[in-house]
Amino acid sequence: MDLSDTDRALLDALKDGLPLTARPYAELGRRLGLSEDEVTARLWALQIDGAVKRFGVVVRHRELGYRANAMTVWDVPDGRVRDAGSKLAALDFVTLCYRRPRRPPDWPYNLFAMIHGRDRSRVEQLVEQASWLAGLRDCPRDVLFSRHCYKQRGARYDGARAVSGEASG
Amino acid sequence: MTDRRFSPLERRLLDAYQRDFPLSPRPFAEIAEREGVSEDAVLTALQRLQQLGAVSRVGAVVRPHAAGWSTLAALAVPDERLEAVADTVSACPQVNHNYLREHAFNLWFVVTGRDRAEVQDALARIAAETGLEPLDLPLEEPFHIDLGFRLEWT
Repeated sequence: MDLSDTDRALLDALKDGLPLTARPYAELGRRLGLSEDEVTARLWALQIDGAVKRFGVVVRHRELGYRANAMTVWDVPDGRVRDAGSKLAALDFVTLCYRRPRRPPDWPYNLFAMIHGRDRSRVEQLVEQASWLAGLRDCPRDVLFSRHCYKQRGARYDGARAVSGEASG
Repeated sequence: MTDRRFSPLERRLLDAYQRDFPLSPRPFAEIAEREGVSEDAVLTALQRLQQLGAVSRVGAVVRPHAAGWSTLAALAVPDERLEAVADTVSACPQVNHNYLREHAFNLWFVVTGRDRAEVQDALARIAAETGLEPLDLPLEEPFHIDLGFRLEWT
C-alpha cells in the first residue's frame, strides 16, 4: 500500500499537531489547498485503511510521571516469537512490541518490547511479569533503561519524504 | 503526584482522547459538549497540556512502513565521545528519536526515509562521520497495535 502525495502532505502538516483553533481541519485545508471535508474524509480513510494507527492526543510518558522506560529484548527461538510477541503486545504497560533481526555476535536479541513505569523498580517488576506471562523466562534477555532523550519528534512527512510511525521509546 | 498537576478536564483529555479524535468541523466543541464544558475550556486545557509537555500533539500515529522505510539503529559510543556523537546523530534530518540507554550499545535512534535507500544513506553518513558502525535493526513484524496508553492515576 502506498500513500498518495496528498496524504503525505496532510500527515506532514499534522506533524506538529492539529492546530488548536475552533476549525482545525479547515485551517489544515487552507494550508494544503483542500476543503475541510476533504481533510476529515482523508483522515478517516487513513484510519480505516490502517495507515494511521490512531489519531488523537499523543502523550509524553515522562512528563506524566512515567519516568522510567526500558527497551526490553529477548532472544526467542524463531518458532516461538510470534506467540510471545502477541502475548506481550496484549499487556497494557507494553507500548511497542516488534520482532527485529539478530546481528550475531554483537546483538543476539530478536524480540523488542517498550515497557513504561513510574520508576525503575516498578519497570523491573513489570519486565519480570512480562517474561512470565509471555512464556519467556527461559530466554536470554536484556533490559536497556533509557538515561537521556536527545531528540524526539514526529517523523517527517514532507510531500515526497518519509512516512513512518516507528518509535524507539 | 500527577493528579495534582492536572484538572479533571485535563485528565479526561489525556485519558479518553488518545484515539478516535472527533472529525467533525468543530472537534473541540464536540469534546466540550461530551464533557459538559465550553469549547474555550477544551482549547485552553490542551494548550496548557502542550505547554507543560504532557501532550506532544494532537496528531496521527502512523503505522511503521505504511509508506517509506525506517529502522532502529544503535551505536556503541565511548563515554568521552558521547555528547559529540549524539549531536551528530540528532543533526541528521532522517533521525526522529535519539536516546541514551544503559548498554554497550548506548545510543539508540530511529531513522526514517522515503525508501530503504534513503535510510541506508543516512546510516552510512552517520558511520562515516562518527567512525562507528551502526547496528541496523529494521522492524520485521509488529505485534502491537498502538491504541494509546492507559494512565494509572495515583
